[in-house]
Amino acid sequence: MSLGLPVPVMVAAGCGGTGRELAAYTDLRTLGGFVTRSITLAPRSGGAQPRILETPSGLVHAVDLHNPGLDQFLALELPWLVQQGARVFVSVVGRSLGEYAELARRLGRTPGLAGIEVNLAPPDAAGRGVFDVREPFHAASVVAAVHRDLPRGLPVLAKLRSDLVRVAETARAVLESGADAVVVGNALPAAMPDGRPAGLSGPAIRPLALRCLTEVLDAAPEATVVASGGIASTADARAALDLGAEAVQVGTALLHDPTTAGRMARELTATREDAT
Amino acid sequence: MTVDPVERGPLHVTGELLAGRRIGAHHHLTLVAPGIAERFRAGTFVALSTGDGRIARRAFWIHRVKHTGGYGATLEVVVEECGPGTQWLVSQPPGTKVAVTGPLGRAFSLPKEPVSCVLVGEGYAAAPLFPLAERLRERDCPVTLVVAAPDESHLLSALEARRSARAVTVVTGDGSVGQRGSVADVIDDVLVRAGAAVVYAAGPAATLHAVALAAEHAGAWSQVALERPLACATGLCHGCVVPVAGEGGHTRLVRACHEGPVLRGDRVVWDDLGVLS
Repeated sequence: MSLGLPVPVMVAAGCGGTGRELAAYTDLRTLGGFVTRSITLAPRSGGAQPRILETPSGLVHAVDLHNPGLDQFLALELPWLVQQGARVFVSVVGRSLGEYAELARRLGRTPGLAGIEVNLAPPDAAGRGVFDVREPFHAASVVAAVHRDLPRGLPVLAKLRSDLVRVAETARAVLESGADAVVVGNALPAAMPDGRPAGLSGPAIRPLALRCLTEVLDAAPEATVVASGGIASTADARAALDLGAEAVQVGTALLHDPTTAGRMARELTATREDAT
Repeated sequence: MTVDPVERGPLHVTGELLAGRRIGAHHHLTLVAPGIAERFRAGTFVALSTGDGRIARRAFWIHRVKHTGGYGATLEVVVEECGPGTQWLVSQPPGTKVAVTGPLGRAFSLPKEPVSCVLVGEGYAAAPLFPLAERLRERDCPVTLVVAAPDESHLLSALEARRSARAVTVVTGDGSVGQRGSVADVIDDVLVRAGAAVVYAAGPAATLHAVALAAEHAGAWSQVALERPLACATGLCHGCVVPVAGEGGHTRLVRACHEGPVLRGDRVVWDDLGVLS
């Protein structure tokens, strides 16, 4: 199923703040979609500092799902995003299938959403406390639990682990369980210098994320695939779109230049108009 | 006068390095960054990019805004070399293009009445206090300044601040200029002598903690400009969190770059800040 985005550029989970901070630089309506940081049922205070460090052409991060929890999110953050006219995809993570179902039930009743993104395996320490999805059939059962409790027509995106060996198999499994699209190119599992589990993001991971993308496109040519992982320029985005991705997600690049997604959306729209 | 919030929000522009001067251990860089200087308020900062491959931004206090012929308003920041990013920055020739985002963060708030104010700055972090002193003087607030550093080379010159300040106390760790010691050694006395109603401070967390405690003892309000390790400086990444006591007594995490950097000293949960870092 096509996501029907007007522009093939989305803000990746965890890189757009609450939306308000990004809106200072870019009108959120001009983007294809805004994926929120991952929301859990209960609030989480996240990891110790330093949470984010620079590596060559990348960032390692151990924010550990710092988020206000579903109630606060629904009360304080989502209404503002919807009011701005942003196409909001809420990223969710749960500790159990029951939690995923509960998140889906409550978000499914919330007006104004464009879709749900299931964060299959955050690479930092938070990954240890959430439902284990290393096996493709576990990932599929999470997507099934979310899909079952959502109203028809509300798309479910599954953001896959960047595990080159299993990514194609996982993509097929979650698509069979009701995912409308897969997002390929999550942060890579890494560690902070003191050994804490972390994720690695940024241009440093782009070639590997691209390989994950081609594996998935080869295995599921009919699937709707969103590319992420180190996409920092319009040329990077075009490369992923030319390979067959329906859209791209921009994350770390926004931390370096908060205008990246807006500029990319403008430039891609301009070339599309030139072509027609 | 009401100000359109958009007009006060931060901008992301391609700026230009206009000049760099080495003063003691610091580099004072002058930047052309259209629109940012005009929006400056004391206590806000800018984030700079530092060349290819370095994804994280580097944050600097805005020290001064000047109107120079031909360039419009320019910004001055004080840079202490502490890694490859700052080394890159201070070694660039004039004319180098630099992405500048700002002004970022919440500024110092100014008292409505002309009350006595004490301003405490340590090392390069004293930078935002000089423009603050000027604003306070315009409001007829008596200003007492405390500038501190480990040694003379890391001390921001208090000479020009003497115009805005009624009294200046200089403290260095090695006694190379002014009193030997730390801010914590002198702050109680300074607050009493000044009859301070408000204390503003910028510097290392331990210094800010000492100032916040002294202010509470003296019955003064404190506003501290707190630096935390950060990646984006724009509020997007949730990296630079600070525990803050809320109204109901529960602690919440705010971002130093967004809800701060200026926070109420009595609200920061200083003991947990140590645990977090």
